[in-house]
Amino acid sequence: MAKVDMTDVREKDVNVSDLVFKYMRPEHLPHIWCPGCGNGIIMRDVAQAIEDLKINRNNLVVVSGIGCSSRAAGYFDCSTIHTTHGRAIAFATGIKMARPELEVVVLTGDGDASAIGGNHLIHAARRNIGITVIVMNNTIYGMTGGQYSPTTPTGDYGTTAPYGNIDRPFDVALLAAAAGATYAAHGDCFHVPETTRLIRDGIAHKGFSIIEVADVCPTYYGRKNKKGSAVDMMRNQKENFVTAAQAKRMSPEELEGRYVLGVIQELDFPEYTEAYEKVIEKAQGGAK
Amino acid sequence: MSKMELRLAGSGGQGVILATVILAEAAVIAGKNTAQSQSYGPEARGGSCKAEVIVSDERIGFTKVQHPSFLMALTQKSLDQYGQGLPKDCLVLADDSLTIPVCLVENRVVKLPILRTAAEKVGKAFTANIVAVAAVNRLLGLVDDEHLKEAVFMHIPKGTEAINGKALEEGFRLADSVKAE
Amino acid sequence: MAKRVLMQGNEACVEGAIAAGMRFYAGYPITPSTEIAEVSALRLPQVGGKFIQMEDELASIACAIGASATGVKAMTATSGPGFSLKQENLGYACLAEIPLVVVDVQRSGPSTGLPTSPSQGDVMMARWGTHGDHPIIVISPSSVRETYELAIRCFNLSEKYRTPVIFLMDEIVGHLREGVEIPEAGTFEIVDRPVPEHYYPKKHAYHLEEGELVPKMAPFGAGERYNVTGLLHDDTGFPTNNNKIAGDLVERLMKKIDDNYDDIVTTEEVGMEDADIALYVYGGTMRAALTAMEMARAKGFKVGIFRPVTIWPFAERELREVAKKVKRIVVAEHNYGQMLREVERVAKDDCEVRFVGKVNGTVITPEEILQKIEEA
Repeated sequence: MAKVDMTDVREKDVNVSDLVFKYMRPEHLPHIWCPGCGNGIIMRDVAQAIEDLKINRNNLVVVSGIGCSSRAAGYFDCSTIHTTHGRAIAFATGIKMARPELEVVVLTGDGDASAIGGNHLIHAARRNIGITVIVMNNTIYGMTGGQYSPTTPTGDYGTTAPYGNIDRPFDVALLAAAAGATYAAHGDCFHVPETTRLIRDGIAHKGFSIIEVADVCPTYYGRKNKKGSAVDMMRNQKENFVTAAQAKRMSPEELEGRYVLGVIQELDFPEYTEAYEKVIEKAQGGAK
Repeated sequence: MSKMELRLAGSGGQGVILATVILAEAAVIAGKNTAQSQSYGPEARGGSCKAEVIVSDERIGFTKVQHPSFLMALTQKSLDQYGQGLPKDCLVLADDSLTIPVCLVENRVVKLPILRTAAEKVGKAFTANIVAVAAVNRLLGLVDDEHLKEAVFMHIPKGTEAINGKALEEGFRLADSVKAE
Repeated sequence: MAKRVLMQGNEACVEGAIAAGMRFYAGYPITPSTEIAEVSALRLPQVGGKFIQMEDELASIACAIGASATGVKAMTATSGPGFSLKQENLGYACLAEIPLVVVDVQRSGPSTGLPTSPSQGDVMMARWGTHGDHPIIVISPSSVRETYELAIRCFNLSEKYRTPVIFLMDEIVGHLREGVEIPEAGTFEIVDRPVPEHYYPKKHAYHLEEGELVPKMAPFGAGERYNVTGLLHDDTGFPTNNNKIAGDLVERLMKKIDDNYDDIVTTEEVGMEDADIALYVYGGTMRAALTAMEMARAKGFKVGIFRPVTIWPFAERELREVAKKVKRIVVAEHNYGQMLREVERVAKDDCEVRFVGKVNGTVITPEEILQKIEEA
């Protein structure tokens, strides 16, 4: 463990992962999220995946939209761009299209990716542009104080669903898969090695990839819906979420109502920026 | 010729817009000033369709035709519509299948078998607009024939040079038949 | 020697942009700007550039900003309804100081309006459409040739000042075909954004060095690893809640345009030497004004034309001089009087101001302008 020496971190003798020094901007930490929030765990998973893949930080662009999740971009030590609400994937498309050699990772939330930015999500998936979208799904609008989102379960409460939510929720990864995502997976906050692997494979995947990570929001979603403490919410993921390997050994009855981690779709189609290289060749009069 | 204001009308699909583009292109090749514009939207998809081109030796201010010096119409509907309110010195070229409306009684009207020539003599109805530009250019003396030919070949699909070349010749011949009268 | 070719206004916009170095276009089809997307799709890959048709107007501008962040000159084009949708990210580009050219080929509004008919109803939206105080440069062409030249100028200003520039066209010019002299490469100025001499991880990506117009901008991927945000930020590029820093940033953004009025604002005067009546027109309305001026002069009226080529910032200094010289200004524009009030603000103490406006989708004719010249 590296010794902490950063002005913004108040408890200087706390143990800090080497990943923080290697891939983050310690001067901007600690992060702004509430105690018990799962975003920090997901951020670490992403850093670990980058480490595992040995990605050059100079070559990495992290793009985010608006919301709690999207503050994560600024903590990474690479080119980072915190864009407008819902548009992260559209910005990322421009970055990847203009410079296909860059590794482009989008950090977004359930509202950002599937409500205001839903159109960009499905179309990026359809094009199969080689970006990786990590959806931190806390099933609530946290930054604005607890309104129901497109992933809030039916019957749950939010400040704008005081009588219970009548909407049906999206499964964001499944939505992207239906739109043609060539890599789509479900992860969570508790199963760190599994989720890190899914993120790593998603980044390594050539083509559009999405990893929807079940997040933990004790402050708004948890409190509104009597889910207990942050620890209780993590325990729920531990006890009720199953890995793909576990799921294989379970009967349909046992799987009923369970959140299964793992890859839900993996396809092989031409990546968009590579396909466009062929357009350029054609426009310039045949193969170069 | 200092300034000519041409209006070409027909139905969508007859190539009237392309005809004005070709005339404008020829004007540019000839070193003249030109302004070409057209009506857009549903009209361009099957209804009555109008396109305009101004050719001038001087700088062109207003780009829309105000005082037409020439109107060509290929359909009865477009002739009836755009024949209204023309200046008396506006030359009108109508396909010979059309009936000349009363409003044009004081105008000089030339009737030529543009559509029939394209379909029967050239052998392809779609060359009507090329027959037309040749006839228009010969009637009005806008640019040299060579400039017009160059412009036509810039705007037709590859492989149609021979048939469009024939259309040009037939168009010139039609106009010459009027001049000889 | 310059080559002379027939070109449509929308096509000239693309060709000028490519000459200026545009290598990325993201757009969505909308009349009457669609030809800009079509020609970009055809031409950009020929010069090694990229075209992408996005899922909507919001995505188009976002995508273009993303491309520009990697150091590529980018453009998007639209018309009224789409321009409304692009406003949020226009503000983003202003604040994050990302060069971008946004073309708006105006059409009749409000709402879906008259999609194929001319209008100049977006003049104020171009200035104030995005929320919050922000700097903006807006340029409007009056001929196809000028569309080519000004497209280059839009890119140059955008790169120089690290700010979005709006190329405010109208249907009159966008759909007009005219002869254009294409200047040979190397005969016109091309400006590129200032970039750092060496790339290294930078803590103060938005720090302005003494004597600099704008902070240097490293392309993403070059090694600077800095942060960009739409939040008010300090010179590290990170959000701040410090009101002094926030206020200083907005002021710096406003001043980088205001303080360079002479470099940014251009106008054209025709026949103003002896004029006692001035026509105030911009964009495609110029064409009717030219003919109206000829007609009026033939009748003995001493009429000239004052045309702002740069629409915003408002050409206030030049207009003030005109107002002192003439007894009447006739404002002609295809809207309900959006620039009229600006002209009145500057000129009304020095001369009378009359107005010709049209919002029915037809073009203002020379006769309609002439009438306001002849009026007692």
